[in-house]
Amino acid sequence: MEFLKISASLFKDSFKFITTGRTAYHVWMTCLTAIMLIGTWAYYVQIDQGLIVTGMSDNVGWGLYISNFTFLVGVAAAAVMLVLPTYILKDVDFANAVLIGEGVAVAALIMCMAFVTVDMGGPANLWHMVPGIGTLNWPNSMLSWDVIVLLGYLALNITIPAYILYSRYQGKKANKAVYIPGVILSVFWAVGIHMVTAFLYQGLMARPFWNNALLGPRFLASAFAAGPALIIIILGLIRRWTKYDITEKTIGKISLVVTVAAQVNLIMLISELFKEFYFPTHHSISAQYLFFGLEGHNALVPWIWTGILLNVVATLILTVKQWRGRFLNIACIMLFAGIWVEKGFGLIVPGFIPGQWGKIVEYTPSIIEIAITIAIWALGAFVFTILARVGIGIELGHIKLKK
Amino acid sequence: MIIDNLKKLQNLFNNGIEHSNSEGSDGIGQVFEKKVDRRSSLKALVGGALATTALTGTSCSDNKWQEYFKGNYKLMTDDERLATIERLTKMYSQRTGNKINLSDKKAIPGTLFGYAFNVSKCQGYGDCISACVEENNQDRDTQMQYIRIHEMDKKNGINFEMADDTFSHEVPAEGHFYIGTQCFHCENPPCVKVCPVEATWQEEDGIVVIDYDWCVGCRYCLAACPYDGRRFNWKQPNVPEEEVNKEQHYLGNRLRKKGVMEKCTFCVQRSRNGKNPACVEACPTGARTFGNILDPNSEIRYILENKKVFRLKEDLGTEPKFWYYMD
Repeated sequence: MEFLKISASLFKDSFKFITTGRTAYHVWMTCLTAIMLIGTWAYYVQIDQGLIVTGMSDNVGWGLYISNFTFLVGVAAAAVMLVLPTYILKDVDFANAVLIGEGVAVAALIMCMAFVTVDMGGPANLWHMVPGIGTLNWPNSMLSWDVIVLLGYLALNITIPAYILYSRYQGKKANKAVYIPGVILSVFWAVGIHMVTAFLYQGLMARPFWNNALLGPRFLASAFAAGPALIIIILGLIRRWTKYDITEKTIGKISLVVTVAAQVNLIMLISELFKEFYFPTHHSISAQYLFFGLEGHNALVPWIWTGILLNVVATLILTVKQWRGRFLNIACIMLFAGIWVEKGFGLIVPGFIPGQWGKIVEYTPSIIEIAITIAIWALGAFVFTILARVGIGIELGHIKLKK
Repeated sequence: MIIDNLKKLQNLFNNGIEHSNSEGSDGIGQVFEKKVDRRSSLKALVGGALATTALTGTSCSDNKWQEYFKGNYKLMTDDERLATIERLTKMYSQRTGNKINLSDKKAIPGTLFGYAFNVSKCQGYGDCISACVEENNQDRDTQMQYIRIHEMDKKNGINFEMADDTFSHEVPAEGHFYIGTQCFHCENPPCVKVCPVEATWQEEDGIVVIDYDWCVGCRYCLAACPYDGRRFNWKQPNVPEEEVNKEQHYLGNRLRKKGVMEKCTFCVQRSRNGKNPACVEACPTGARTFGNILDPNSEIRYILENKKVFRLKEDLGTEPKFWYYMD
């Protein structure tokens, strides 16, 4: 009963807090809502007419939705890069950033689930996956593993910060014995969610572009580069707009994580390019389509080289200490964008091209697809803004339980 | 108005069936007086929440709710299978005024179906493709076809990358030969392995089937198939009423809906009744052979034992039950 009363009070106070703010905040939230409404209409069109309103086909069965899903699972997993030093290595410099990291993880996971749901041909049938009332093909289907690990990771990243904030809301200290085991679990779980997502593609021998041993590790490297890069940008914005204390030292340490991950990502890219092009076989044909075009079809060539260029330049900036200090934000934005291209549709779409019998059918997302995609990103931003404001509000004492 | 909204909601989530005009009054009785199993419980929960609309709902919309909440066909009891067959038949006749013959015939024991394709005989006519479409009720608007015929240049040999499967000229073209592909009904099917809800599985007679009502439309099987065997309904399939083949099987050529996968089923509605698939019947050159591999006297067994047969992408370990040979 006590728990319910305090929770109700927490929700009420948080609601009051997030519905007030300066003009810029209201403009931001209104714009996001407008984008989400447009996306909702676009989704209605898709539900009504079927997925034919997208650019996907029997030849390219997955497109913008699954590309974004794949990229965002990585961003969600990257929260562990802040959780690990904070709770396990007890590096106090990360302590303030970890709450933001977990907020990014939750927002990214909600986006992931939204992208999967809008990609489904029969979303009303998703209950078929629930064991007991449906039939979940575990352990054979990697999708069954993915559903389990993503939901579990969401649960961890909601309950642990919720418990900590719930305690702080009351002015108490959170009990370490309660949340540390969950935190340790979430570190391994984060690696798990992204390896499992990689295994979705890695296990398909029908698609040689994905069927290689490096896909899983590459996913981890690019996730630990892109995720913390986004977190650095967000922490910069939080420093500018709130009184929440994020030190230079914290951002400096996170940027080291991003640097190393970006470098490893590049090494893996080189390894991939070597394997595909040193002695090209029939299995290299998708890579050839992606990087150089095939028989006049080269829709993805400008995208992938732009992505690689962004990654290389960003990694270079991050590697040189003086540049990392001066150009950190621009490097992070470039890295985030480059990895979004390279791991999003620069990975998913070429897996399908050429088709199983060598047929080349290219993919272009439709307006409906783009509208829904942007709306889901707006949803993520919306959710994150709320979580971050509530979290920071409680930490700074703006939201507290009145005795 | 609530009923109209409820019907609109159903359509939005696409139970795949249009409105009906018939009236009925036993909605609540059918929902609450059934024996309680997991599906009934789930249905009763929702039925309870929508009690007011269920009271005045038509028997057609009640059929739709029961269809929505039914389980995986693989796990249904014989009674449950009969019930869904009855509902589907009833809903079809309410919708169109016509009758369908919907079978749920199981695999015949001692049967394992296999297929052989004589590359020398195929002339690229494509009679197999059109017969298949007539037999299996695919969407006409997108011209969905289970079978592909690849035209290959004799200079290049069997090379799928250089082949053309969208030709539309007079056949056979000079200096070319033809190879047909479709779902190969693998003994080790990757599509079955990846389906998250077990909506696709291999039956005892070797046919890989799909429960169209159970499929969630994730298209993972589409990604996993190395042979371009699977087709997705990107829109609500449209088959003109007079062209609908009314001899149907639940796992075969019954009408599908948007957002679900389908594919060649070795014409399960025919093959389990001792007939050949439509493609085998239609081929004028006799290039296609179908039969029970376990029957030592079958033509397919003769071919497998005496001809120099090969399969495609053998190294992938899928064990397709579709052999090629040249005579």
